[in-house]
Amino acid sequence: MNKRIELKNHQQEMFNFRLRLFIGMGFALLLLVALLARFFYLQVMRHEYYHTLAEKNRISIMPIVPNRGLILDRNGVVLAHNFSGYTLEITPSKVKDVQATINELSKIVDIEPRDRKRFKKLQAESHDFETLMIRSRLSDEEVARFAAQQYRFPGVEIKARLFRDYPYSDKTAHLLGYIGRINQADQDKLEENDQAANYRGTDYIGKTGLEQYYEDELHGKTGIEQVEVDSAGRAVRILSRTPPVSGNTLILSIDAKLQEIAEQAFGDHRGALVAIDPRNGEVLAFVSKPGFDPSLFVDGIDADSWKDLNESLDHPLNNRVLRGQYPSGSTIKPFMALAGLYYKVRSPTQAISDPGYFTLPGSSHHYRDWKPGGHGMVDMFKSIVVSCDTYYYGLATELGIDRIFSYLSGFGFGKKTGIDLDGETSGLLPSQEWKQKHFKQKWYAGDTVSVGIGQGYSLVTPLQLAMATATLANGGIGYHPHLLMEVKNSSTGQVRKVENPQAFDVKIDPENLDLVKRAMQAVTQPGGTAAQASAGAPYTIAGKTGTAQVVGMKQGEKYDASKLDERHRDHAWFIAFAPVDKPRIALAVLVENGGHGGGTAAPIARRVMDYYLLGKVPEAVKPAEQPASAVPVVD
Amino acid sequence: MTKRQLMQRIMAHLDRPLLAGMAMLMAVSLLTLYSAGEHSMDRVLAQGANILVALVCMWIVANLPLHYLMRTAVPIYLVGMVLLLGVLTPLGVSSHGAKRWLNIGVATIQPSELMKIGVPLMMAWYFEKHEAALRMKNYFVAALLLLMPVGLIAKQPDLGTALLISASGFYVLFLAGLSWRVMVGMLVAAIASAPVMWKMMHEYQRHRIEMLLDPTQDALGKGYHTIQGMIAVGSGGIFGKGYLNGTQTHLDFLPERTTDFIFAVYSEEFGLVGNLILLAIYFFVIWRGFVITANASTYFTRLMAGSITLTFATYAFVNMGMVSGILPIVGVPLPLVSYGGTSMLTLLLGFGMLMSIQTHKKLVKT
Repeated sequence: MNKRIELKNHQQEMFNFRLRLFIGMGFALLLLVALLARFFYLQVMRHEYYHTLAEKNRISIMPIVPNRGLILDRNGVVLAHNFSGYTLEITPSKVKDVQATINELSKIVDIEPRDRKRFKKLQAESHDFETLMIRSRLSDEEVARFAAQQYRFPGVEIKARLFRDYPYSDKTAHLLGYIGRINQADQDKLEENDQAANYRGTDYIGKTGLEQYYEDELHGKTGIEQVEVDSAGRAVRILSRTPPVSGNTLILSIDAKLQEIAEQAFGDHRGALVAIDPRNGEVLAFVSKPGFDPSLFVDGIDADSWKDLNESLDHPLNNRVLRGQYPSGSTIKPFMALAGLYYKVRSPTQAISDPGYFTLPGSSHHYRDWKPGGHGMVDMFKSIVVSCDTYYYGLATELGIDRIFSYLSGFGFGKKTGIDLDGETSGLLPSQEWKQKHFKQKWYAGDTVSVGIGQGYSLVTPLQLAMATATLANGGIGYHPHLLMEVKNSSTGQVRKVENPQAFDVKIDPENLDLVKRAMQAVTQPGGTAAQASAGAPYTIAGKTGTAQVVGMKQGEKYDASKLDERHRDHAWFIAFAPVDKPRIALAVLVENGGHGGGTAAPIARRVMDYYLLGKVPEAVKPAEQPASAVPVVD
Repeated sequence: MTKRQLMQRIMAHLDRPLLAGMAMLMAVSLLTLYSAGEHSMDRVLAQGANILVALVCMWIVANLPLHYLMRTAVPIYLVGMVLLLGVLTPLGVSSHGAKRWLNIGVATIQPSELMKIGVPLMMAWYFEKHEAALRMKNYFVAALLLLMPVGLIAKQPDLGTALLISASGFYVLFLAGLSWRVMVGMLVAAIASAPVMWKMMHEYQRHRIEMLLDPTQDALGKGYHTIQGMIAVGSGGIFGKGYLNGTQTHLDFLPERTTDFIFAVYSEEFGLVGNLILLAIYFFVIWRGFVITANASTYFTRLMAGSITLTFATYAFVNMGMVSGILPIVGVPLPLVSYGGTSMLTLLLGFGMLMSIQTHKKLVKT
């Protein structure tokens, strides 16, 4: 009995299943019929319409690439602009044998091995249906020659393009960066930000520096042109046009002439210089030496040039201002002095006796002063003027690392400055917490001693030191350094000022400030460590020298034996601001392997200040090289 | 073994009508790829390789007895879930603003692809286990088995794949006898929740639906695909422009013309007549799938075969509907025709199961 019911159920179930399957089948059929109806509508009823669109009047929707915005300095000097030129381009998918075609082309236009290598690299990075450049900046004659022979080269064409040009070339390379071909990573990012449509037709995008940081301002809005194309795909008539909107013009706070003078003042030295207007954080000069030729990157760099740049002992691609991390050396002392006064660890008049070394209580280890025999009795004023190490060993020990950390981070040490460029490094302001985290070790009293003179674990970038100097110069009120001053709208001509609000206030007692400023002024006068720095200047200069020890060499670097000695020399620092009472410029100069700050770095700072404050252009374009041995070894 | 015997051995578990239908679609694929690839053999040869690899896998699956097939359901589903969760970990790879891939060291894989088979397989397995006494509770559990992976995939976000897997799972529920009342209720709920869904969608997904309503709004951006696809299909007319003569194709108007938009290339060159032939081939394949389903011997195989067949029909409809502008662009390839190794493999694994279901039942007569 039971069995029968089950059997019946089974049949019932089978019937239900088949019914549903039949419904499913009907559903599938319905979908196909719906498609058929749609095809009938498009291909029969609306055929005329689409036929007109596609066959008779092939309307092509073409993007019109906007002109990239210009970059000007604060006085309107052009730092980056566009010029039009012709390129020779190949679409690999339309060419049978790319190599043979290039060989054939080289008989008509000049194609260097460098062009071939670059093309090879481009080809490896791109899709075959993309149009790739084999030669840029063709001469009129070459254009004419190719045009006459074009019928022999299907898939090869001449295109008129806008090129990016940087008149100051290597002098502004680290500041402006460069644009380069949009690669897959860029494309992904554009699509992620929903900008892919606006970049249709655009080949280049900012890769580094300001070109990258302000890409959105510089790019502009792509226009649309509806054109009628003939059966060969050539445009014959424009139907409608939405004009593109050019990118905005960036007006920087940089003074191009100042930048040039600073750059030239380095001569053959490597190093970095940042000059800031302490009243608002505007960056006046931003130099990282050596620079490189950014146009190499714009066209796509070939492997050899890249190798040369990348493996050069001088590291020209390293942005030293932004990413170079060095011990601050004695340039930290004015800030340490302020810390001592702030925490009332030292009074201005309190003097120590300097025997030429410092010892920690209960230890016999000698921390030596740079001057054998010591400086005698040293108060705070003198400690800055003669850069007495012993004074700061003691001061640091009495302050302790926690208070040093807390006070110095107020000036921005150990943190990114927040400048409008990507890739900044944060330097290193050591703390107990940091050491525990990175070395799993507790902080020792000996660690604090060397922090007092800017050695040991501490590292700063030239930009950080410049910002801290500007903050000191401005009485403790600090601004994040900023390069962009104004944005000029390309279509309306309206100028939008970029506000740079006050960022922080290191509360400095006016008396303390006055003491440190006067001491720094004395540094640049006879008796100070940069005794020549203010000689003959009609304005007052405050400064501080510093020496960063070159501790060791990294492994694996290739060294030129004849240069080995030079590269073992210490790095020279000089920070300064002027005029002392109402500072309008503050700067930090680093000369790699420059020996002593007063000897090599201070003269560079002086030239920059002379031009900025007096408009004085240095007579000699190249400064006389001062051999390090001729400079008295002082710190 | 003679050649004849060998041939018989190879063909023993292959369903000839189904194979014939597939072969026709594959021929259309290679033919159209040659045209879409600007007379270059690159894509044709690569697709040929995809087909060969997928055919071998299909043959293996077709030769597996049904109980093996059933035994794979749980492991495949679990592995798929683990991989889907893996996408959320740092091993997940982002591209184009979506996190859909998983880096497993040797290669980057897309776990959602595995779930196109894994989900209906698991659901069919579950229903088979509880066949004796199906209650409302069982449908609920099965729906949960469907919604977990679908939720993860929708979150990636990959709305297209999520919807298609939902469809394949829904077909299993439907064939397993989900009550009409529940289905009507779901439909009402779906319509009612549409405004909420709209709010939850990603900007680009909303954009695609807006573009469907008025593609000219963004002619340079997202509407471009739709407009160019419709022009290609419409301008093909009744007889098409002739093989290798599609202007939309050869003047570079058509985007993604070897993958998602390959139908536009075909349709432009072969016209309404070509489309009719293509639809007829699809109908033939689908019809054969239904026959196999109707004759399937077990509950599990009936559900599985039905779901595979209906899903195949859905894929074809969604792709052609998208190219001809009646559905939003969701990134679904035209089954067996679009260029691509992964989708070819997934589809042929499904067909391998269909063939196994068709050819093994005679042996397990109960």
